[in-house]
Amino acid sequence: MALELKYLKSKKQMDFKKKFIEIRDIYKSYRRGNLIIPVLENISFDIVEGEFLALMGPSGSGKSTLLNLIAGIDKPDSGVISIQGVDITTLSETELAHWRASNVGFIFQFYNLIPVLTAFENIELPLLLTGLSKQERHEHVILALKIVNLEDRMHHFPGQLSGGQQQRVAIARAFVTDPTILVADEPTGDLDRVSAEDVLELMTRLNFELGKTIIMVTHDPKAAKKARQIQYLEKGIMHAHPQIDV
Amino acid sequence: MRIFFLYSLRNLLSRRLTTILTGIGMCLVVFVFASILMLSEGLRKTLVDTGSYDNVIIVRKGATSEVQSAVERHQAAILETQQEIALGADGKPLFAKELVVLINLPKRDSDKPSNVVIRGIEENSLILRQQQIRIVEGRMPKPGSSEILAGINIAQRFKGAGIDESLTFALRNWNVVGIFDAGKTGFSSEVWADADQLMSAFRRQAYSSVVFKLKDTSEFDELKSRIETDPRLTIEAKREVRYYADQSEAMSSFLRILGMSLTIIFSLGAIIGAMITMYAAVANRIGEIGTLRSLGFQRSSILLAFLMESLLISLIGGVAGLILSSFLQFFTVSTMNFQTFSELAFSFSLTLEIALMSIFFSIIMGFLGGVLPAIRASRMKIVDLLR
Ligand SMILES: Nc1ncnc2c1ncn2[C@@H]1O[C@H](COP(=O)(O)OP(=O)(O)OP(=O)(O)O)[C@@H](O)[C@H]1O
Ligand SMILES: [Mg+2]
Repeated sequence: MALELKYLKSKKQMDFKKKFIEIRDIYKSYRRGNLIIPVLENISFDIVEGEFLALMGPSGSGKSTLLNLIAGIDKPDSGVISIQGVDITTLSETELAHWRASNVGFIFQFYNLIPVLTAFENIELPLLLTGLSKQERHEHVILALKIVNLEDRMHHFPGQLSGGQQQRVAIARAFVTDPTILVADEPTGDLDRVSAEDVLELMTRLNFELGKTIIMVTHDPKAAKKARQIQYLEKGIMHAHPQIDV
Repeated sequence: MRIFFLYSLRNLLSRRLTTILTGIGMCLVVFVFASILMLSEGLRKTLVDTGSYDNVIIVRKGATSEVQSAVERHQAAILETQQEIALGADGKPLFAKELVVLINLPKRDSDKPSNVVIRGIEENSLILRQQQIRIVEGRMPKPGSSEILAGINIAQRFKGAGIDESLTFALRNWNVVGIFDAGKTGFSSEVWADADQLMSAFRRQAYSSVVFKLKDTSEFDELKSRIETDPRLTIEAKREVRYYADQSEAMSSFLRILGMSLTIIFSLGAIIGAMITMYAAVANRIGEIGTLRSLGFQRSSILLAFLMESLLISLIGGVAGLILSSFLQFFTVSTMNFQTFSELAFSFSLTLEIALMSIFFSIIMGFLGGVLPAIRASRMKIVDLLR
């Protein structure tokens, strides 16, 4: 396995001390008609490289909102989100799409696979945005399929796979481009216990063996325990420990 | 690019029913569009082929068809002496004075009467049209008799117009002794009789037209300006091809206008159909669009993917419509020639130009139907798409 995974590791040398993600003074509110709903207020924290962070908190506390900001699919009202020295809040929409393509891997609660594409094609999808040749893409996809242990299912469509298998395909799609960070919003929220364990195990391996930086939003304390660190978001404010019982 | 094509195609296949229904809508519109163009083209070809380039036809000044025209006997005599007229094997000018009358004949199948052109001809008439006309059955009529030739379309479709049958008009019996085929030209829809017999039967003093062949076609302009300004002649000279092309003009443009109005109305329906289909497709795939965008695909890629889907439906529908309409080429239709108010038979004619226009038209429909839904799909914010 170690040999096979070389390409995923070689991209950068791990450096746990260096500040990897810096989040400073983030404000985010939504507008509903004339009403302005503040969601995040004055959020600041850092994430080191190789971190596996679990983000917990009650429903509606803004966990997904925060994750979306870090993943570059939404913009804060004010504040700085610096990832490897790039303040992504200043990027244009086109630049941001390019940035996401090479820096972010997404894992969703409902897998979000493209139903008309096979497992192989779903995993290949983000690679189409890289400069890789067809041959290289093929190699990457096959390797990713091996890691999630679904080589025998690569020509299956999502509808022909179980929830757990679909989520593993989705995870393969998330890391196949070797992104800087992996973001996961309730990755086990729709899975049974056994499948959830599989998925968490896979994510732990991605973190431990490949040094992937992972930010995971979850309601499940068992899932959160797999992380290196847990942060709690309550009423738009971050805490190291839960203020109320969740 | 390939994957986008695949993606669009597979999405179309995955919702087969709506795709097929939308495609059928497009198919029908393109069918109507193509067949009307083919009809108008077939008509034009038929009428234009009726003329020969080196033949000149003389009608009364201002007459739009031979039916309305009159060329007096003394005028015909002056025209016959023109030096530019080619000579036949017998040394006489290749010159024919013709009479055109309309009569009402009942059809074989329905007994319904319809107008038929009877052309009074001279011996030279056949020589002048020898490129177009071939006797396929029977023989030539004896000059000066009431024997007649029937064009093949008339022989088939009108009572008494077949070989060895007889027609009754102008209080006389006319025996059909021969059938001629003039191909796709308008002559195939005429009956030919002896000009002098016809003149006396209908008590006409004047011919309808005069046709002759030029020795040298380049002399046409000079001849035309000379005879048209001759104070003894109140006539108009046209090349035969020009004359028949002018005749087809009014009909063709009538057909085109009718056809285009129909197609525009139908196509609005098809475009709206495509739009509904595509809006539904966008609504069904909101999350999918959000996923693609978060993976790093640009708004423009989303726009393209949905536009491609709509274009694919319309292209498939358009090709199907065109294939369907190409079968029309095997049919012959008869219609009223509004210039002469007589029956004219012709077939649908498919040209490369019509095929390209039809495909282009279907692409336009696909574009118009798909562009708004595609813009909508690409406009939404990622977080809203993923909620
Ligand atoms: N696009 C939006 N428009 C308006 N309001 C929004 C939008 N997205 C989120 N909100 C609101 O912002 C608040 C935080 O939402 P968010 O989805 O970040 O919560 P969450 O912590 O992820 O909750 P859950 O655990 O239920 O997923 C909620 O009150 C929600 O209604
Ligand atoms: Mg959430």
